[in-house]
Amino acid sequence: MTLRVTDLKVYYKTLRGEVKALDGVTFELGDAEILGLAGESGCGKSTLGKALIRMDGRMRLRGGGVELDGERLPIDDDAAMNRYRYHRISLIPQYSMSALNPTRRIGRMIRELVESRGVRYADVEEELLRRLKLVGLDPDVLSRYPIELSGGMKQRTVMVISTLLNPSLLIADEVTSALDVSTQKAVAKALAGFRDRGFVKSMIFVTHDISLTYQIADTIMVMYAGKLVEKASASAIVSKPRHPYTQALINSLPEVGVRYTDRRLSGIPGAPPSLLKPPAGCRFRDRCPKAFARCAAEEPPVTEVASGHFVACWKG
Amino acid sequence: MRRYLLRKLLVYGLTFFVAVTVNWMIPRFMPGDPVSSMIARASVAQPEAVEAMRAHYNSLFGFDRPVFEQYVNFWIALLRGDLGISIWLFPTPVWDVIVRAVPYTIALLLPAILLSWIAGNWFGAFAARRRWLDNTMLPVGYILTATPYMWLAILMAWGLGVVAGIFPVAGGYSFELQPSWSWEFIGDLALHWFLPFASLFIVAFGGWAIGMRNMIIYELEADYANYLAALGAPARLIRRYAFRNAMLPQITGLALQLGTLVAGALVTEVVFSYPGLGHLILKAIQNQDFFLLQGTFLFIVIGVLIANFLIDIVYTVVDPRTRMGLGGAA
Repeated sequence: MTLRVTDLKVYYKTLRGEVKALDGVTFELGDAEILGLAGESGCGKSTLGKALIRMDGRMRLRGGGVELDGERLPIDDDAAMNRYRYHRISLIPQYSMSALNPTRRIGRMIRELVESRGVRYADVEEELLRRLKLVGLDPDVLSRYPIELSGGMKQRTVMVISTLLNPSLLIADEVTSALDVSTQKAVAKALAGFRDRGFVKSMIFVTHDISLTYQIADTIMVMYAGKLVEKASASAIVSKPRHPYTQALINSLPEVGVRYTDRRLSGIPGAPPSLLKPPAGCRFRDRCPKAFARCAAEEPPVTEVASGHFVACWKG
Repeated sequence: MRRYLLRKLLVYGLTFFVAVTVNWMIPRFMPGDPVSSMIARASVAQPEAVEAMRAHYNSLFGFDRPVFEQYVNFWIALLRGDLGISIWLFPTPVWDVIVRAVPYTIALLLPAILLSWIAGNWFGAFAARRRWLDNTMLPVGYILTATPYMWLAILMAWGLGVVAGIFPVAGGYSFELQPSWSWEFIGDLALHWFLPFASLFIVAFGGWAIGMRNMIIYELEADYANYLAALGAPARLIRRYAFRNAMLPQITGLALQLGTLVAGALVTEVVFSYPGLGHLILKAIQNQDFFLLQGTFLFIVIGVLIANFLIDIVYTVVDPRTRMGLGGAA
């Protein structure tokens, strides 16, 4: 088991109180597993991704914990976390296009970065060149400035930099949202390739795009309003979703071969609740077609309805 | 790179031509007549002698020629290195008057501009990461930059010169001394230099420190800084990158400031009666000394152009993005 997250609660400090962005999430991530983390904006998926590597100044740990390879991570201690960053946990950020220092040649920046982390550049140089070639980049990108690279090239460069030290866990945070559809799939495939070659042990692929996640993820976890809603193998989530929210998400995706002149694509009416004071009971109930009295009274626990299939719904 | 430099040189050449032409015109728009004031200074009573002197001076300075011919002659003389004869210090050549003043201005401006730039940037970057220092530095910096320069200079001259009596308030050196390479003279020179220098330094320092502080905070929030922090890079490395990137607008600012500080030095030299170019400008205007005014302006134009050209070159070295744009539209 690479990663074990137990009842993790991370709140944002704001002037109006604490926003419960991540409110008690428990899951596990196996070796060589790619977990797709899906949900709409504000569901807590990015907060989870950030909490695992670097909390920003407004985030507060309010309960629960994270274990990586059997070792407890000090995720709320910025200085103590530094030991794990890059070596054990790494990140491909949403902003790959601007993640490189514009006034340093890329090779020099990589050298300064790895050497600041106690790794000799000469020891990783060969591997770096091999991996650049693998993602289709010429070694001379190292002697160029970021401005001389196209968006896709920058994205691939960042992918190689982030995984250079073979981390146990890679967090890919919305890496495809800035790309056009044709490159999205190529990037997703390249990431799966990194896992297959053992560059990263396991991966959390954060996205709002379920159809893309489905193509590379082994498991998909759906979140809603700071809670885990459903977690199952990718195929189970897409073909046999149990939670009404997951069902609604899947139904709002277009299908190949279906003409939408007859049937309009359904969205999900309503909006998620405020996380400043989240309502008791199930947080999805106001938008749920199947809601009944018990949903308002009691919060549905996450239960394993089939092997590896977890659902948090009274009717799941 | 060569095309870039050639194009820059062309632009600078054109600027030089226009600026020098304007400098030639400005004194001639002034009311009054320099020859009349020279004659008045000589206090000659006989009308015939006055007429003879007027004719002599007019032909000496070329004022009896049509204006266009005067302008062409001015360029011809200029290209031969002849700046004419000063009216105020007649018959000293303008060149000699200026050469005597230039060391004072350079010794005053260059350290004031460069030291305030270096110290201000360093201090701004330093303050950006200490909350208590930031909270105290920011208001002080704003007060310093918002202070009218002349007011601050007069306050310093009054406080440290007149009241405290530590520094002399006027002149480049004491009247009783003769210029020489003795320690006594050099010490006296430094003592006279200090107040004008300090007043320029303080005002510029506040502006640089505030600019740098804001830029550093902006750069530390930039994506590349966040990425490095997420990969556990030490704060030292991130700050080094941020500092370098924050320097770029400061370098542009330095180039712009060089032009305005020349005007600033004029006020300084007037307040402290410091015998540099600014002081000459004042004297030339008061005495309707066309040639001296043209000559000092010429030196200032050359100074500003050289400074800007150097900054242009520095910029292409430190920012790869400008190098990429060299071939683009100018």
